Amino acid sequence: MYSLRRFASRHSRAYETVYNASSPIILSTLRVINKLVGERLNTPITWLEAKVKGVLFDCKMCGNCVLSSTGMTCPMNCPKTIRNGPCGGVRENGNCEVNADMKCVWVDAWDGAQKMQHSREIELIQFAPNQQHQGSSAWIRLSKESANIKLQDIELEVKP
Amino acid sequence: MNAELEFHPPVDNPGSPLPENDSHVSQGRFEQVLRAGHFAVTSEIAPPDSADADQVYQRAQLFDGACDAINATDGSGANCHMSSVAVCALLSHVGYSPILQISCRDKNRIAIQGDVLGAAAMGVCNVLALTGDDVSAGDHPEAKPVFDLDSISLLSTIRIMRDESRFLSGRKLDKAPKVFAGSTINPFVPPIENRVRQLQKKINAGAEFIQTQYCFDMPALKSMMQQAVDLGLTERAFILAGVGTLASANTARWLRTNVPGVHIPDHIIERLEGAKNQKAEGQKICVELMQECKQIEGISGVHVMAYRQEKYVAEIVKESGVLDGRKPWAPGY
Ligand code: SF4
Repeated sequence: MYSLRRFASRHSRAYETVYNASSPIILSTLRVINKLVGERLNTPITWLEAKVKGVLFDCKMCGNCVLSSTGMTCPMNCPKTIRNGPCGGVRENGNCEVNADMKCVWVDAWDGAQKMQHSREIELIQFAPNQQHQGSSAWIRLSKESANIKLQDIELEVKP
Repeated sequence: MNAELEFHPPVDNPGSPLPENDSHVSQGRFEQVLRAGHFAVTSEIAPPDSADADQVYQRAQLFDGACDAINATDGSGANCHMSSVAVCALLSHVGYSPILQISCRDKNRIAIQGDVLGAAAMGVCNVLALTGDDVSAGDHPEAKPVFDLDSISLLSTIRIMRDESRFLSGRKLDKAPKVFAGSTINPFVPPIENRVRQLQKKINAGAEFIQTQYCFDMPALKSMMQQAVDLGLTERAFILAGVGTLASANTARWLRTNVPGVHIPDHIIERLEGAKNQKAEGQKICVELMQECKQIEGISGVHVMAYRQEKYVAEIVKESGVLDGRKPWAPGY
């Protein structure tokens, strides 16, 4: 929902705290589930993720979630699905060049990022998403990847 | 390879690449001019709605002796025209130094990587990575927008192909495309504090030159440039300020309201309005802007955008004196 997703960008700091606290719990729970029942619950988990993130962020289930690096604003709502925005067409009032009634997703993302603890993560280069992950659960994928490897990657990429 | 079958372009062909130079990424003249420390001038050609190569040459001729490189737009404004790869191939063939614009709107990563290789094989030495306008802006709004990559992912892609000699998939290239990579920046759109960071991100992704959107607001441009200098960005990339001629106050107003990202301050429009000959005044403003840009620390050149006024570009460049008497290469010079 548009108003809720804008609320998330405005309150990105609080969302970041909740996100940082909850994501290890979610990911380890998923790891346990996977050990116990294998892939059997993947469909309901994906459904749940789509519902929760859909309501909160207008999540498009690209399967390559970068919310915490984009000011808690889902970049897939940008009509050009830019992952490193904004483009050069933002209107003077900060609205989107394509959809004049919508705030530019990247204006919200930038403002959101400024309020966050890891405010400079928005400067990381995000390569275009892997289209094979579209519609799949980013939670399940992340739970399979080692959390350590992910952190290291980020550190290598940040160029202040 | 059998020596007889090896292809050797004739030495006196102006389209032949320059000798390899270790400190250059391409064998093109545009990079050479910039690295030599000259103030460069570029302009852009509107690809014709035609299958006629002569039209391309006629349009390019207008810039002879005034421009170091010519951008070939890629379906600009999401309107259909001759492809930029074809325009660049035609121009390279007779020795011009075109800049291949690649927009992410119409092609996915498979098509784009193929184009980069093909263009480089035809002698194209410069590539400009753009995200592109949305299809809704152009004459085929019913088309499917692609946007598989964005400009920054595209820059990374070009750099991977050139420097690591491989496709994104990892598959090796027999010969890497030696292209000078660039992108654009609009210094005037919100959030303003983000502008220099966006510039930095593009340079981190591999941009070696940057052409800006139309600059009419000099204080805002200077402020971004100061930040860029402070961050050391102008040491890492050549920045060319975009300048343009405005045919009249009405054109300026139309541009400002209808073209996303064009920022024209009121005082420019008032100045045009007050002039007897608005067209001449528009050109005078352009000349002054070019001279002013040349004085700004960190600016390495200007990019003159004169859609439908291309025939005045050479005159404006001459008038401005920014080339300091240097004559850019052109066929027959
Ligand atoms: S203005 Fe913002 S939301 Fe709209 S296309 Fe550009 S980056 Fe995307």
